[in-house]
Parts: sequence; structure tokens; C-alpha cells
Amino acid sequence: MDKTWNNKAWFMVLPVLVLVAFNAIIPLMTVVNYSVQETFGNNLFFFEGVKWFQEVLNSPRFHSSLLRQFAFTGLILLIEVPLGVAVALAMPRSGPWVAVCLVLMSLPLLIPWNVVGAMWNIFALPDIGLLGYVINAMGISYNFTSQPLSAWFTVVLMDVWHWTSLVVLLAYAGLVSIPDAYYQAAKIDGASRWSVFRFIQLPKMKRVLTIAVLLRFMDSFMVYTEPFVLTGGGPGNATTFLSIDLVKAALGEFNLGIAAAMSIIYFLMTLLVSWLFYTLMTQSEAEG
Amino acid sequence: MDLSWMAWTWQTATFFGVILLLLVGMTVWEWASPGGAPRHGILGLDTTRGDRLFISLLGSAYIHLAWLGLVGPNLWWALALSIVYAIGVFRFV
Repeated sequence: MDKTWNNKAWFMVLPVLVLVAFNAIIPLMTVVNYSVQETFGNNLFFFEGVKWFQEVLNSPRFHSSLLRQFAFTGLILLIEVPLGVAVALAMPRSGPWVAVCLVLMSLPLLIPWNVVGAMWNIFALPDIGLLGYVINAMGISYNFTSQPLSAWFTVVLMDVWHWTSLVVLLAYAGLVSIPDAYYQAAKIDGASRWSVFRFIQLPKMKRVLTIAVLLRFMDSFMVYTEPFVLTGGGPGNATTFLSIDLVKAALGEFNLGIAAAMSIIYFLMTLLVSWLFYTLMTQSEAEG
Repeated sequence: MDLSWMAWTWQTATFFGVILLLLVGMTVWEWASPGGAPRHGILGLDTTRGDRLFISLLGSAYIHLAWLGLVGPNLWWALALSIVYAIGVFRFV
């Protein structure tokens, strides 16, 4: 049977298109315009061509913040995804504790990002913060305001505390959707706990875990508020990730051309990774 | 309407104009031959012609950046390479 084509339906998309134009397309066009010009304020611009892009691509400062960004995102994914799955597996599937666990897991997600940064700042201070005090009392020298390693430890721990719950909730949603018949069949076959996880639970969680990895990748790749409030990018530049570096260039140094070029490169990276994840997800859906 | 705050230059206006023309061209193509011409290409992906345009544009952006970072600011060869790449994508991906 032939499909009925009704192009009038496109008009229904118009409001969204107008909204996206105002909050995404027009600002993005402006950033592209800025990226090829120099400005000293007063709406005066001088064309510079691709100079800013070349400067950013060959800048050791950009390379370092990019490396830090990938290191942070990699660490976050390596810790949060397995930990989230492990917690989800340990959570009860029925009974009164389900609601308690779900509420406890949701709590960190409800706290605004700048509050998380401020909370962890106080919590980790070596003299008055509980975490800082306890670590130092154990004989380990810890001060996130002056030691890069301590700063990294604190930033990563804060992110794990804040966002592992998201992976837990998604993985748990995947787990509870598995019909009991699968477990009964595995029991009849005498499958081990590991086999149940490897051949039943993990494949059934594949889709939600892909979403979890995508969300955590995007969020951690664009992280700004929490590390900025906690460390301000320091000590030195130890926790200056791409977004913090970008804000420093744009607002701190008023290098709008360089910041715009950096934004476009940053945008292209997130666009590529989002497309890869989206393609993987939609292709696996089409196959399965 | 005063658009001076957007800091337009003729070069960036041309760039966006070309993108707009590509989108209009794709719309006309879709109108002339609906369905998006889906196929399973050499990357093992199911793509429509819209996907192939996106892959071409994104890849071209990376080709230009790589050329700029590794070779220099003269981007005509990067543009030529991108066109060859886009033809390859539309033909095989």
C-alpha cells in the first residue's frame, strides 16, 4: 500500500524551528563570524581569516586543556559506568527498599551544580572540611588548593558522587525490564552468576548503557560549573578543562576571536562523538 | 533590522549561503525522489542521503582543521580534498 504523504505536517515543526534558530543557529552563526575577526570592542571588527583557528590548533595551552579534558572524561567513564552497573545490580528489585534506594540515588542529581561545587569545596578543605581533615589525619598529605593530584582526586570524586546515580538509575531501569522467564531459564541450565550477567543482563542493558555513556560523555566533556567552583581551574592550570579555558579566553582575556575558534573546534568534537553514539544506537536498534 | 552585532563578513555569509543552498538542494532532491534513498554502504551503516550530507560536512570540517593544523592556512587543497571526500561519501557510504 502506498504511503500517504502530507507535507502540511511540516508546519507543525515551525515553532520548534524558530526556537532552535533563536537559541542555537543564530548564536552559532555569530560565533562563526567572530572566529574569523579581531575586535577591540565598540562593535568594530577586523577580518583575520583563519588565523585564530591556526593559533588555537598550534597552541600548547589548548593541547594541555584538551588532554586534561580527555583524561577527565576517560576517568569519569571508567569509574562511573562499572560502578553504576554494580550498584544497580546490588539494588533490590522488589519490596519497600526499592523506593528508598531510588530516592537516595536521585538525591545527588537534584542538587544544582554550583551548590555541589561549593559543598565539596567546604567538605574537602584540609583544615575545616571533614574529607580533608580525615585524609590528613590518616597521614596522607592532602590539600586540593595547592596539590594538583589532590585537586584531581577531589574533582573526580565529586563528579562520581554527583553523577554515578544517573548510570545507576538507567542501568536499574534496564535490569527491571528483563522478564523473569530469562532468569528461570538460566536457573534450569545451571548458569553461574557471572553467566547470567554476561549473557542476560549485560545484553539487555546495552541500550540504556549506551545512553548512559553518551550522557556522561557529553556532560563530563562540557563540565564547567563544578570544577570551577571547587578549584577555579587550579592549582595553576591543573584542573583547567576545555570549558574553563574557553571562558578564561573569552571573558577573562577578552580574546573573542580565539575563544570563538576554540568554541567551534570544541563543538565539532562534541558533534562527532554525539553522531558516533547516535549512529551506534540507531544501528543496533535497527539490527536488534 | 540592524544585524551589526552578528559581525557579518562576506566570507562567512558565503559559507552559510552555501550551506543553505545545499539544504535547499537536498529538499528539492527529496521532493523529486522521496524516501531519502536509503542504503547499506561500505562503512556497514544504513544511511539516507541526508546522513551522507551530514557525514560529508562533518568530515570536511575535520579535513580543513587537519590541513590548517598540519600544513598551513592555504585551504584550497583542503577544499578540493573535501569535495573528493564528499563525492566518495555520496557514492559509497
